[in-house]
Amino acid sequence: MTREQRLKKRYTAEKRFRLMGIGAIAIAIFFVFLLLLKVFSTGSTAFVKTTIQTEVDFNKELLELKDVANPNIEQIKSAEFFDVTYKAATGLFPYSNAEEEKDVKQLLSGNYELEIKNYLINNPDALGKKVMIDLTASDDLDQLHKGNFPRDIPEDRRRLNNFQLNIYDNLLEQGKIKTVFSNYFLFSGDSRDPEIAGVAGAIIGSFFSIIICLIISFPIALMAAVYLEEFAPKNIVTDIIEININNLAAVPSIVFGLLGLGMLLGVFGLPRSTALVGGITLSLMTLPTIIIACRASLKAVPPSIREGALAVGASKVQTVMHHVVPLAMPGTLSGTIIGLAQALGETAPLLLIGMVAFVVDVPSVPTDPSTSLPVQIYLWSESAERGFVEKTSATIMLLIGFLIIMNSLAVWARQKFERKW
Amino acid sequence: MNSILLATLVLFAISSFYFGRSKIKKVALVRSIEPKALPKFYGYYQALWCSIPAFLIISFWTFFEPIILKNLIESRIQSMSLNELSKDELNLIYSQIVSFSQGTFTGQISNGIKSGVETYQSLLSVSQGAKIVLFFCAIIIASLFSFNQINKNVHARDSVEKIFTIILFLSSAAAILTTIGIIVSLLFETIQFFTKINPLDFFFGLNWSPQKAFMSDPANMTAQEAKDLREAFGAVPLFAGTAFIAFIAMCVAVPIGLYSGIYLAEYASNKQRKWGKPIIEILAGVPTVVYGFFAALTVGPFFRIIGENLGINVSSESALAAGLVMGVMIIPFVSSLSDDVINAVPQSLREGSYALGATKSETIKKVVFPAALPGIVGSILLAVSRAIGETMIVVMAAGLAANLTINPLEATTTITTQIVMILVGDQEFTSAKTQAAFALGLTLFVLTLILNFIALRIVNKYREKYD
Repeated sequence: MTREQRLKKRYTAEKRFRLMGIGAIAIAIFFVFLLLLKVFSTGSTAFVKTTIQTEVDFNKELLELKDVANPNIEQIKSAEFFDVTYKAATGLFPYSNAEEEKDVKQLLSGNYELEIKNYLINNPDALGKKVMIDLTASDDLDQLHKGNFPRDIPEDRRRLNNFQLNIYDNLLEQGKIKTVFSNYFLFSGDSRDPEIAGVAGAIIGSFFSIIICLIISFPIALMAAVYLEEFAPKNIVTDIIEININNLAAVPSIVFGLLGLGMLLGVFGLPRSTALVGGITLSLMTLPTIIIACRASLKAVPPSIREGALAVGASKVQTVMHHVVPLAMPGTLSGTIIGLAQALGETAPLLLIGMVAFVVDVPSVPTDPSTSLPVQIYLWSESAERGFVEKTSATIMLLIGFLIIMNSLAVWARQKFERKW
Repeated sequence: MNSILLATLVLFAISSFYFGRSKIKKVALVRSIEPKALPKFYGYYQALWCSIPAFLIISFWTFFEPIILKNLIESRIQSMSLNELSKDELNLIYSQIVSFSQGTFTGQISNGIKSGVETYQSLLSVSQGAKIVLFFCAIIIASLFSFNQINKNVHARDSVEKIFTIILFLSSAAAILTTIGIIVSLLFETIQFFTKINPLDFFFGLNWSPQKAFMSDPANMTAQEAKDLREAFGAVPLFAGTAFIAFIAMCVAVPIGLYSGIYLAEYASNKQRKWGKPIIEILAGVPTVVYGFFAALTVGPFFRIIGENLGINVSSESALAAGLVMGVMIIPFVSSLSDDVINAVPQSLREGSYALGATKSETIKKVVFPAALPGIVGSILLAVSRAIGETMIVVMAAGLAANLTINPLEATTTITTQIVMILVGDQEFTSAKTQAAFALGLTLFVLTLILNFIALRIVNKYREKYD
């Protein structure tokens, strides 16, 4: 082999190596986009729902309000809505037998009776009149309208039969089927029916957990970091604490779930499935992470600050509390926010302390049973209905949105208040 | 009850602060002496003395009152009842007593429980009374003591700062408490588990089927049941599945992560670094449940369709799908850690190599990489420990059946999956199944602890070498 040939070979190897590096990065970036694309393409439709314009006859006789001249809200609330809703639902399309009647009714969501009732409560003027109301369609019709169900497969493999498809086409032609912003997804609790299931409960549950996590972990982590960075004598106890914190930061999150189950629920008897226990468990999990971040930012404060304070007669505690900690605040804050973002996305420990319960009501205090956003994602992704797939993706979009906001907040806090020494 | 006491305490503390502050001024004025510290420190001094003992009493009561009451009541129930009661029955009776006396119990209760309720309430009122008396005694005695000290013009700042330092120390000890809590709660259940199941059967048994293990009374268990129980908790398939999925994940993460780390550290321009690094780190910020969703709904079915087209039977929950997605999750971990260790290699090594005429890739392969190797090995070990402990991806995508297989296209299960499967839903603490989950948890904890310990040591040692 001549010199030129060898050189050429070496340069080819160089180029190959470089290309492999680029390729590795390209693959990683490709995965990021694939993941986001998958989530966003399936999830965006969950923010809208399909409605069917239905004629509802608020007949006083059917409502059993005939004898009342001017019924007030209370009387309307206690009126008999069965006949009205039945007539409205079955009046969507003419049918010939009981089977078909059921098919017609199943085009509306399980919640349509309540929707009709709420309409009258909000618009008492409609009493005695025939009005057109946009009622939420069932999950199957919703998915069909959004194009998630193929139509050209045999009838027995479809969720909607030929008769129902026929009604759908008919209603579509009349312009009665609309796509509107879904009031359920963001503002209601979980449900077995995908079309009326929402994430409000999970959002509130996550919010409570994160707040509790913040209240517990931030002060403790900051004080621990101050002790280890500023006060700790160099001895075996300090060494043990330090090794312990570093190891704890790498313990799998599910182990903290076992700790929560065994200690918080088992020994201390705290209420199961609640955001309170979830928050405490998450705070134990994020504590080491936040301690490490706080220590790094305390370390970044130059010694001259401390020496200056000590020189004018401040005590050690005054030096630390009046000068070092305030100067390290941007770093500690952003570290805390990043730790909380990690806690927000955490699922496994919450599964073990029972935050996977099916909770319809939106929790109002941290001791109510609740779920959290990631757990809701897990729960819905295990459900069989097609409608929950888009809900899952949409919940992921929300969760990622919250995480992006928190991380940008952390970056902002650091950049805004950071000082160059 | 506690909230009222705490509110009282806060009020006392605040007024103590003002009291202490004005007291020292008066003392200084009357005796015309110089206070040894600023007046506000005497305020803090008085407030701390007033609140800390009383607060300790409240905390002590909150933690130990239920436990002591429970033991007292249970021993009384035990002595009252004719036959020996099991722990579960005692627990049930006790919780009925508690919920009835709190007014949350609906339904009929027997006379025995009614008398239990009476005992419980009388004990409770004694304990609450004792708590309140002690609480106020503590406030009064401690306040008088500190009042006396202020009169003597002690150095208040020193004392306050000492207490402050102690509080700081206690916070940093919280991490130790967490570790102790983990070990105690895991060990406690695990030991009970190992009294029922031989540890050898657990660590070396080849068959995992906890659903078969119905714990009937150990005394009159048939031979078949005993055999079933012994063979239900062989954890080898779980260890193998965990190792297998972690191996697949590392096959994905190590090459991609390492190459991108090398590229970012050695080749990338500033602009490429500025864009590439954060995008890769998005992968680290995505919650694991999202990866699980991705694996279960996109990657798994994708492999199955490919398999169908090739005529291979691929289960929709496969080790391959879970491992692949887990690998993607770990890429940023490996890449940023190896980026760091490569950056820590001194520039002089590279320049020496260039001076000998080596190309960039030759320098990286022959000089930088060997120099960074210990750090890279350390970071890979950290990544392995993360893969072993990862839960959501495997729960959602790897399957539940404990197959002892090395076929990546079949469903496999892992330690973490089984912990979740056993503990989600209702469980009773005494059943062998629940305790098995804790035994698995302890195994996982020890395993990751060893890996982390080794990895951190390697990384730190390596860092010191070039500092």
